[in-house]
Amino acid sequence: MTWDQMQPLLVQGCVDTLYMVGWSTAVAALGGLPLGVLLVLTDRGGMLRNTAVNKVIGAVVNVGRSLPFIILLVALIPFTRLLVGTFIGPTAAIVPLAVGAIPFFARLVETAVREVDHGLVEAVQAMGGGTGTTVFKVLLPQALPSLVAGLTTTVIVLVGYSAMAGVVGGGGLGNLALTYGYQRFETGLMLATVAVLIVLVTLVQLLGDTAVRLLTRHERKGG
Amino acid sequence: MITTTDLTKVYRTRDREVTALDGVNLHVAEGEVFGVIGQSGAGKSSLIRCVNLLERPTSGSVTVAGQDLTALAPAGRADGGRPSAALRRARSRIGMIFQHFNLLSARTVQGNVELPLEILGVPRRDRARRALELLDLVGLADKARVHPGQLSGGQKQRVGIARALAGDPKVLLSDEATSALDPETTRSVLRLLRDLNRELGLTVLLITHEMDVVKSVCDSAALMRGGRVVESGRVDDLLATPGSELAAELFPVGGDPATAGGTVVDVTFHGSATAQPVISQLARTYHIDISILGAAMDTVAGRQIGRMRIELPGRHEDNVVPIGFLRERGLTVDIPAAAGTARTTVPTEEAVK
Repeated sequence: MTWDQMQPLLVQGCVDTLYMVGWSTAVAALGGLPLGVLLVLTDRGGMLRNTAVNKVIGAVVNVGRSLPFIILLVALIPFTRLLVGTFIGPTAAIVPLAVGAIPFFARLVETAVREVDHGLVEAVQAMGGGTGTTVFKVLLPQALPSLVAGLTTTVIVLVGYSAMAGVVGGGGLGNLALTYGYQRFETGLMLATVAVLIVLVTLVQLLGDTAVRLLTRHERKGG
Repeated sequence: MITTTDLTKVYRTRDREVTALDGVNLHVAEGEVFGVIGQSGAGKSSLIRCVNLLERPTSGSVTVAGQDLTALAPAGRADGGRPSAALRRARSRIGMIFQHFNLLSARTVQGNVELPLEILGVPRRDRARRALELLDLVGLADKARVHPGQLSGGQKQRVGIARALAGDPKVLLSDEATSALDPETTRSVLRLLRDLNRELGLTVLLITHEMDVVKSVCDSAALMRGGRVVESGRVDDLLATPGSELAAELFPVGGDPATAGGTVVDVTFHGSATAQPVISQLARTYHIDISILGAAMDTVAGRQIGRMRIELPGRHEDNVVPIGFLRERGLTVDIPAAAGTARTTVPTEEAVK
């Protein structure tokens, strides 16, 4: 296969991967953030302590985390068809990707929020702040750097997951490497795909690290 | 201004109970600086957290500025229950500062001071104006735009104080506010608290494990041990109380009380007695030689106060007249007990310390 033949395939694969990863990241962030915060708030010693709710969310998150993604992908086919009308193609792949990433990101959010110094929560409560104030003015802003780092990790995991989306005809770079490179012995294309994936993941990590550095610059200066 | 009645706090863990507060009755008068002192584990921290109900007392009541706060807290849950709107409003009228400052590193100094105003729903422009006023008051007007990470410990605590004052409180709670600071910075922060107390009529309740803090700013003090208030009162009254533990700890005088052939006497100077040359008068009147074994003099709340340990020649029985002379001059006289003897109101163990 020549470079001219490979190029359109790579471009299309890239576009599909970015499309799938982009949308599923957005959904995972929107779903994982409240779940992660709730996991902290409803836990023992939390502001909305509620053991039942905490156990249920915890269990759902654990089940979501323990299912191998490839199983989730197939298991969710009926749900995906219900939601987007089809279970084939990049748009359909977004559903299992997002569902798989929500519990993953929720745990990262939980860890990030737990790391916020309890003294700050106490200070805000002493000022007369309620739960909403504590979450939106203290927990989330203070945890923002960790949240961004967690989101970066989530995006990278999603790039990996999206390769498996090829199983349901999701397209993307992973699918390209699998169908052309592995099954048709097009080693050149496979290597090119892997190279593009490495560049993509590196760029995402670099972007995330830069964002975290910018967000924490005033904390490190001077000490 | 602050009254606690039979305040009890019991922490229950799975297999045991810990009583942090055991029937604490405390009264802080309006406009005074009240210090609660005790070693770690004495219950001071639980006490100050119960005053604004960050910790819910197991039993007893807390009244701040005439309002019974314990009545505002929903009963039932042991702790961590959501505070009612009324309790949150009451809390916003009580300022609090902390040992580790508890400033938001994600916000600027000004943003930190504005936070309580945001909770109170003050419009943005008024918030900024008020925050700058407060920063000016604590001497940090030029630091409004920097982040707390770039400030020194003393500056951070000043920001904490400005933030605590934002809601225009009548009461300020200070939880070991100077314990993480060096002595120099501690003095300047205490001076600031003193000034605020005088200028704004702010009532301050502070807890500390440092006697120096009580000495330099407190009008009144309480000594806590094992969840109980062992001693409390105005600092100058305590000093005039024979056998007061607080007085002995505020002004520790050295010297071994067990000297052969002499009588050791602890003399506490307070009020007008400090101005008189009593010791030389005593020596001249009775023609006796007086040795000074140890002494501590200081200014407490603007008044000269001190203790001195002196030795008079002869046994106690021979010195009844000179001791009477000292008492007549308005001094508090204590006979510290040497180990093994029990000739005083002070428990032996405490006097030796």
